[in-house]
Amino acid sequence: MMILLGAIIFWLAMWAVNAWLAHRGSSRAIRIIVPIIFGITVVALWEWLVWGWDINPVLLPAPSAIYAAFIGNIPTLWADFLQTFVQGALTGYIIGCGAAFLTAVAIDRSPFLQRGLLPIGNFVAALPIVGIAPIMVMWFGFGWQSKAAVVVIMVYFPMLVNTVQGMKATDPMQRDLMRTYAASYPQRLMKLRLPAAAPFIFNGLKISTTLALIGAIVAEYFGSPIVGMGFRIQTELGRLNLDMVWAEIVVAAIAGTAFYGLVTLLERAATFWHPSQRG
Amino acid sequence: MSEQAVIQADNLSLTFQTNDGPVHALKDVNLTINKGDFVSFIGPSGCGKTTFLRVMADLEQPTGGAISVNGMTPEAARKARAYGYVFQAAGLYPWRTIEKNVRLPLEIMGYSKAEMVTRVAQALELVELTGFEKKFPWQLSGGMQQRASIARALAFDADLLLMDEPFGALDEIVRDHLNEQLLDLWKRTGKTICFVTHSIPEAVYLSTKIVVMSPRPGRVTDVIESPLPKDRPLDIRESKDFLDIAHRVREGLRAGHGDE
Repeated sequence: MMILLGAIIFWLAMWAVNAWLAHRGSSRAIRIIVPIIFGITVVALWEWLVWGWDINPVLLPAPSAIYAAFIGNIPTLWADFLQTFVQGALTGYIIGCGAAFLTAVAIDRSPFLQRGLLPIGNFVAALPIVGIAPIMVMWFGFGWQSKAAVVVIMVYFPMLVNTVQGMKATDPMQRDLMRTYAASYPQRLMKLRLPAAAPFIFNGLKISTTLALIGAIVAEYFGSPIVGMGFRIQTELGRLNLDMVWAEIVVAAIAGTAFYGLVTLLERAATFWHPSQRG
Repeated sequence: MSEQAVIQADNLSLTFQTNDGPVHALKDVNLTINKGDFVSFIGPSGCGKTTFLRVMADLEQPTGGAISVNGMTPEAARKARAYGYVFQAAGLYPWRTIEKNVRLPLEIMGYSKAEMVTRVAQALELVELTGFEKKFPWQLSGGMQQRASIARALAFDADLLLMDEPFGALDEIVRDHLNEQLLDLWKRTGKTICFVTHSIPEAVYLSTKIVVMSPRPGRVTDVIESPLPKDRPLDIRESKDFLDIAHRVREGLRAGHGDE
């Protein structure tokens, strides 16, 4: 009872601090400090309750245990990260998004492709990853190549649909202007269609970052060498080493957030002119 | 066809097929526009004045009759980059600065780097936008954006300027100012200008020739040669000549409405 009471008092105290800070204005420092305090509060409460109630580490390891597992296994986590994120997810992301982009440009050029390719893309997107992944492992082996293939399939369709949409984002007046200049197709593409499509293209790229990581991790459940984030989660789960599973989750969270953040920064640089970015 | 004719339309017709049946946007339009003319097209909505301008620009295809631009078909004239077109809205590309928007046609037409720099500077000076080169369109007022779009149409060597209600969305004061600037520019450059407008005073103030049109079907009801001198201070709008022409334009518009 005392444990719960302590937790509630701590929670209310930190809440009060944050509320007080938030009322003092919205300077840059406060906007950074408030979420940090919130995060620290959650982690501290987690540690306190796990310790106080003596919770079984298989159910929920304490943050300190996860931290220890993280620090103690950096070489392993790094190898897993390279295998799953850099080789599997990133390669698949680049190939998948690149292929979808080129397809979208081709679709925009030809109404025939629009009617033929979009339904096929739709069909492929509807295939469940748990069905696709074992087949890809059969085709491309246990290595990262099969994971990249799964990622390609996962990111292709969202990227395609967004880019096709973006290619329609010009208004008639902007297109008429190009016509009055007697501009060639490459000129129209480079100077009007693609810049106008950029906000949509970046939407596709952002959605694809998370899909790529999920795809690469889940695909490892269906066969992998003895390295990789999905492989590690599966085996450590079997050995009830839940602190290690959580450490992998921390790696995935950091990698996924950083990847998304990087694409968002690129977006801000490339589409600063769009009303949603002018702020 | 005289050697001087920039636009020559003979029995020009254009019918749009819509779900509600055919719409006669233009019917049997005959018109000659000579080099150096400042021609206004005036009439109520739906009289085909914008459509006529778009036919000259090869943005619409006529369904009957013939039209030539600089003695060529509109398509050949477009491919020869014979005209600059100013739309109802500025239509600047928001990812380009003002300077780069004006440079857009020059990039497409393959001008040299050095020539682009001088031409952009000249065009911006003509519309009094020097100093705003690095601004983005959304950082400027509507009037300044429209001036930038005029600069964009002036940057390359086209002797014909087609303007589709370029000042329609602007307030009266800005409009007066831009009208003065446009007249000045026309005198200095000797371009042929086709100008679509809703406003009688604007048409009379600017033009050497006023084409009055009426709707359904779109056709020309009157062509008025203006006796006003080339030098036109703003207060010419109170002179008797000016008021007489305005009166005749108004009569023409009313006559066009009568048989509706």
